[in-house]
Amino acid sequence: MAERTAVEARRITRIFGSGTAAVKALDDVSVEIRANEFFTLLGPSGCGKTTLLRMIAGFEFPDAGEILLDGADIAALPPYRRPVNTVFQNYALFPHLTVRQNIAFGLEMLGRARAKIDARVNEMLRLVRMEELGDRRCDQISGGQQQRVALARALAPEPRVLLLDEPLSALDYKLRKEMQVELKRMQHQTGITFVFVTHDQEEALTMSDRVAVMSRGKILQIGDAREIYEHPVNRFVADFIGESNFLSGTVAAVHDGRAEVRLDDGPVIMAEVPRGLTPTGRVSLVVRPEHGELAPPGGGGLAGTVETVIYSGTDTHHRVRLDGGGLFIVRSQNRRGVAGGRAEGERVAIRVPDGAAQILRD
Amino acid sequence: MPSAAPHPAVRPRGARRGREIARRWLLSAPALLVILVAAVGPLFVMALYSVMAKGDFGDVRFGTFSSEGWFGVFFQRDIFDDTLTLADAHLTIFWRSVVLSLQTTLAALLLGVPTAYFIATRPARSREIWLFLITIPFWTNLLIRTFAIQEVIRNEGILNGALVGLGIVDRPVQIMFTDTAILIGMVYVYLPLMVLPVYASMEKIDFRLVEAGYDLYAGRLAVLRRIILPLARPGIVAGSILVFIPSLGAYVTPRVLGGGKNMMLGNLIELQFGPGRNWPLGAAISITLMAVVMLALLVYVRNATKGGQHG
Ligand SMILES: Nc1ncnc2c1ncn2[C@@H]1O[C@H](COP(=O)(O)OP(=O)(O)OP(=O)(O)O)[C@@H](O)[C@H]1O
Ligand SMILES: [Mg+2]
Repeated sequence: MAERTAVEARRITRIFGSGTAAVKALDDVSVEIRANEFFTLLGPSGCGKTTLLRMIAGFEFPDAGEILLDGADIAALPPYRRPVNTVFQNYALFPHLTVRQNIAFGLEMLGRARAKIDARVNEMLRLVRMEELGDRRCDQISGGQQQRVALARALAPEPRVLLLDEPLSALDYKLRKEMQVELKRMQHQTGITFVFVTHDQEEALTMSDRVAVMSRGKILQIGDAREIYEHPVNRFVADFIGESNFLSGTVAAVHDGRAEVRLDDGPVIMAEVPRGLTPTGRVSLVVRPEHGELAPPGGGGLAGTVETVIYSGTDTHHRVRLDGGGLFIVRSQNRRGVAGGRAEGERVAIRVPDGAAQILRD
Repeated sequence: MPSAAPHPAVRPRGARRGREIARRWLLSAPALLVILVAAVGPLFVMALYSVMAKGDFGDVRFGTFSSEGWFGVFFQRDIFDDTLTLADAHLTIFWRSVVLSLQTTLAALLLGVPTAYFIATRPARSREIWLFLITIPFWTNLLIRTFAIQEVIRNEGILNGALVGLGIVDRPVQIMFTDTAILIGMVYVYLPLMVLPVYASMEKIDFRLVEAGYDLYAGRLAVLRRIILPLARPGIVAGSILVFIPSLGAYVTPRVLGGGKNMMLGNLIELQFGPGRNWPLGAAISITLMAVVMLALLVYVRNATKGGQHG
């Protein structure tokens, strides 16, 4: 597939403050965002997501590195010359204008003809399902409606790239779920490249074509949801996304992308090796809770005692205290008529199937 | 339906409600008293004086009603043949006052809005310093400030000295004792009254709205025109009112800088209570001035707020 690159960041560094108070908001960040994709920047608070987004919009400038839009360096372009629009975290709707006037603002600034503007505004109102509220003032509509107006306002000028900075974080759970679906629909319908910022890993995984996981100004991993979840490159990514069990062991042998690892807790398992890594010596590994299997004691595997059992409808979580002292969570799906649950205090062995464990890069 | 009837406990009982009302009146009594004594009282006295006959050495003859005061605002009677003519001296002064006040307000807007914008866009620390500088003139007596302006604009003053020295003009420009002198003086004196409210409303503007403007292809000028100024409108309205009203009644500035010839309404009123010894006329002019101010305010505020809603 020859995919076009919409936005490219090349070795961006941005340092706020100086001396001992200096903060590396972005630290040698490189990323290629493809045209028409739903790309998400995911990471904990303060990791530099907003800073990167503001650089693409033109409100912030890199100390080093460059940003390319459709292959051209845009460093010299002020925000109002970049074919990029933003949905701000707090929406930043103009309080003195109506919904229609807000949506029309960008088009007016571009000098479009009145008739064209009106038609486009109507189209946008339809897209975000706000036809009846066009003449309301922006302080007279609900949070979810404001969010949709912000979206319509940013989409109206048909930007090459739409930047969204945690647009859903102010909404309640149900509305957030609804808007996630709506956003996805609008991205499909418009075919515009979306760069979406969130610190909600579930939101990132369900909505995005690809996700970049960030921490302390660095991009740790870029990949689609499955790649990130199933093959986290390091402990931070594994820990940040989903639930994880961490184990450590010593590499005994490596063949065809798999490593034979003797775990500190006894058993020998076959673990996945991340691309480009040749593990040797001591390594840490991650196992997702749903990949561990509970078995009666004595049949090999990690020996331990069930500490707590939590039934949560579709699944049951067993927290098992390993004999070596560590904690291992096993999540198993509940099936009708099958009594899968163990009792608290019961002795068990946890089997880690071949390939369920993944060696981490740290 | 029984459920639609209000719950008995929700309905306030008559006696309790009466006590509630009495308590409210009692609480606001001090404020009402102040308003009565400080605002309504003097107005009432003025209104009363304006319909009395004038005394021979100033004052009024209480109990003797007369329309001469009000009559004199607009007309004058010839001393020999009693023919009536319009009091064009008064109308000239009236006109000059209104024009000068409007000019003052406009000039204060043109100077004050950019100043306020400048201050509002400084970092928080230096903002305080700028505001402090703006308020310094308030600490000095108005008369002294007016004389300071006189030092600047008089023929041998700093401004003319510089103009002549730089060879821009070869003779000093006569500014003192003209309407321009009054205008310069009033703009100087009332400018802070424009800057402060405009600054207050600009400072409250969410800077992210400005970023949103830039993001949506608005350049600097468009952001100023379409976002900052509309959002600063309350401050601009307040500032204009605060400048226009005292300008209209200005006394010290036209007296010092305008000389005896270029009177404004404040001076005309003072004349009647002083050397003119015509208190009813002075009172009538005062009330006319107040009526004009209120009318102007009403029109202005109505237009300004209506404009705000339509963006
Ligand atoms: N203007 C600034 N001046 C100084 N430091 C800043 C500035 N903007 C951001 N930073 C710092 O840079 C780092 C990254 O900030 P950024 O806003 O990009 O984080 P973020 O990932 O968007 O976080 P959040 O999820 O909380 O919004 C933080 O440590 C922040 O304190
Ligand atoms: Mg942020």
